[in-house]
Amino acid sequence: MRNPQLNAAGALTHLLTLEGLPAEIIVRVLDTAVPFVSIAERDVKKVPLLRGRSVFNLFFENSTRTRTTFEIAAKRLSADVINLNIGVSSTSKGETLLDTVDNLVAMNADMFVVRHAQSGAPHLIAAHLDRTGRTHVHVVNAGDGRHAHPTQGLLDLFTIRHYKHDFRNLTVAIVGDVLHSRVARSLIHGLTTLGTPEVRVIGPKTLLPTAVQSLGVQVHHDMREGIKGCDVIVMLRLQSERMRGALLPSTGEYFKHYGLTGEKLALARRDAIVMHPGPMNRGVEIDSAVADGERSVILPQVTFGIAVRMAVLSILAGN
Amino acid sequence: MARSMKIEINHGRVIDPKHGVDRVTSLYIAAGTVVALGEAPSGWSANRVLDARGMIVCPGLIDLSARLREPGFEYKATLESEMDAAVAGGVTSLACPPDTDPPLDEPGLVEMLKHRARSLNLAHVFPVGALTVGLKGVELTEMGELAEAGCVAFSQAENTITDTGVLLRAMQYAATFGHRVWLRAQDAYLARGGVAHDGEVATRLGLPAIPAAAETIALATIFALVRGTGVHVHLCRLSTAEGVAMVRAAKRDGLPVTCDVAVHHLHLCDVDIGWFDAQCRLIPPLRSTRDRAALRAGLADGTIDLVCSDHTPVDDDGKQVPFGEAEPGATGLELLLPLTLKWAIEDRVALPVALSRVTAQPAAILGAGAGHLGVGAPADVCIFDPDLHWRVEPATLKSQGKNTPFLDLEVRGRVSATLVGGRVVHEG
Repeated sequence: MRNPQLNAAGALTHLLTLEGLPAEIIVRVLDTAVPFVSIAERDVKKVPLLRGRSVFNLFFENSTRTRTTFEIAAKRLSADVINLNIGVSSTSKGETLLDTVDNLVAMNADMFVVRHAQSGAPHLIAAHLDRTGRTHVHVVNAGDGRHAHPTQGLLDLFTIRHYKHDFRNLTVAIVGDVLHSRVARSLIHGLTTLGTPEVRVIGPKTLLPTAVQSLGVQVHHDMREGIKGCDVIVMLRLQSERMRGALLPSTGEYFKHYGLTGEKLALARRDAIVMHPGPMNRGVEIDSAVADGERSVILPQVTFGIAVRMAVLSILAGN
Repeated sequence: MARSMKIEINHGRVIDPKHGVDRVTSLYIAAGTVVALGEAPSGWSANRVLDARGMIVCPGLIDLSARLREPGFEYKATLESEMDAAVAGGVTSLACPPDTDPPLDEPGLVEMLKHRARSLNLAHVFPVGALTVGLKGVELTEMGELAEAGCVAFSQAENTITDTGVLLRAMQYAATFGHRVWLRAQDAYLARGGVAHDGEVATRLGLPAIPAAAETIALATIFALVRGTGVHVHLCRLSTAEGVAMVRAAKRDGLPVTCDVAVHHLHLCDVDIGWFDAQCRLIPPLRSTRDRAALRAGLADGTIDLVCSDHTPVDDDGKQVPFGEAEPGATGLELLLPLTLKWAIEDRVALPVALSRVTAQPAAILGAGAGHLGVGAPADVCIFDPDLHWRVEPATLKSQGKNTPFLDLEVRGRVSATLVGGRVVHEG
């Protein structure tokens, strides 16, 4: 079975997951994003790379931040952006997901940026477009269920490379709810593909997938142990519905064990950076003093996110 | 007319697992039953002679789980389409689970289904009644009435009884009257929301998972209740290596239990999900390669008594959706024979043994007189070419549900004729 996001020539035609993506393609996205960072600092923040193209933000799940950054990225590339918030379920209006897609293709969509609560929904759309011969239409996964969030993974990689330059001597810790996290899965695949020698996941057994080691990571349940000697610490967001119940007893107890405080951060390398995909729960997974501290690169992540998404859209458009 | 028809099947390799028959010979059929094997009865003259040279002649297949989608889901399939599929697959008797809409929980529905099936005059249909009203797991159904209407056993289909107290009462009540109970072993809480086996694939793809313990915990509960009640329980769709080991131990201890596996689970595992292939959305979930190996070995050594198709016609609308939203199930009536043969060839299981898993063994559990070719047996016969290769495609399937993980694959073994009650009901 061919990698569903590459065409027969091996070029990127959809961005669905970082799993199985060749390292050269990942590096190319990161390299392409570098000049886009400086565009944001100009008076005229636009380049004409996607002029005349229509990018449809197809959000079946609520999101403000990701949708906004994709919108900004597409607009800075001079594309026409259409936002569709379809809400909780594709079936709520009785129209199937693929019917929706077919209708939008009939409106001459060039690109779909898709977020969906079900793992694999963007794969389904991409496979449908390919099967029906509409290979000029590209799909970007903006987060599918627990599966993947490849542009977040890429912006995390961009941020790490920006501060640490080389992946091949890093120790990276990802802390928190890995079980439900598409961010964690994408970052793990990106890091291992780029040769990061040690990726650790840290969390209680209730929040780690059963076979997480098979992703190529080391598992720690004791955060103090797991964070020792790390160059990069990525804190994951804890969804509010998981803060109390059978997965965790309380936010207080979670913070005690897995919240990032200055005291725990002191166990990492002295130049370690702290990342978070946002939105943060201060006092639940991260202490405000750390979130706003000098090691935090959480706001640069957001800035880089736009540049990385510009790079992805521009590469998919054939630039 | 049909009843008095005399048919002679010549030159075929007759395999009748129940009677240890495996030789090239002739089979004589009159008045809907087998009248002789080998030598013609005196004064014999056939109305029709079937040449089975190069073919295998065996009892018609008996499938213990085939959803016909009536009543309630006629848009997915109809009795007509699925009965055609059955005989095209060499299946002459089938049991249908009670998860129709409404469920088979009252005699009128069962009688209607039996009547509809009889009027089509193709395969024999054996309805399995609901164990509890509406399959809700709260109140017992009128099992006596349902049995009189034609139910051969009682089951919950995929709806687990979560209240162990109700399960105990259902088993006690069934044991009182000698009714058989068919159960799929699954802990409802551990399975809740899950769509894939809890392993590396679900971890990678971010799919909500069902651990193997969902099966083993339920098996342990069922075995404890079988010990207490003495009811005969048939376990449906075993899926884990641990489950196979538990059944083996239970049988060694003399518990009155039997079990089956779905034919898909002999050949597929969670890796086959690939990039979210909704064709592989099945119940129970496809598990690991280790589980698959244990299921294959268990079927060969007899721990698993039989293999069924778990035929579940699903239309494209049910599959052209994200994996987690896809309707579980696959069409199977026409694939039961070739996929059983594929297992037999790959694992070097002797053909008579393999065929017993789809004939004599399920017949014993069904309590039906079919499943063998002894003199006096109903002339339900499957004649197939074991070497004919064919491609599984929508056009080659009679079932209205064209969805199966085996689409576009080449399989071996094709039915050339099917007889039910001495009538030729299918010729390929």
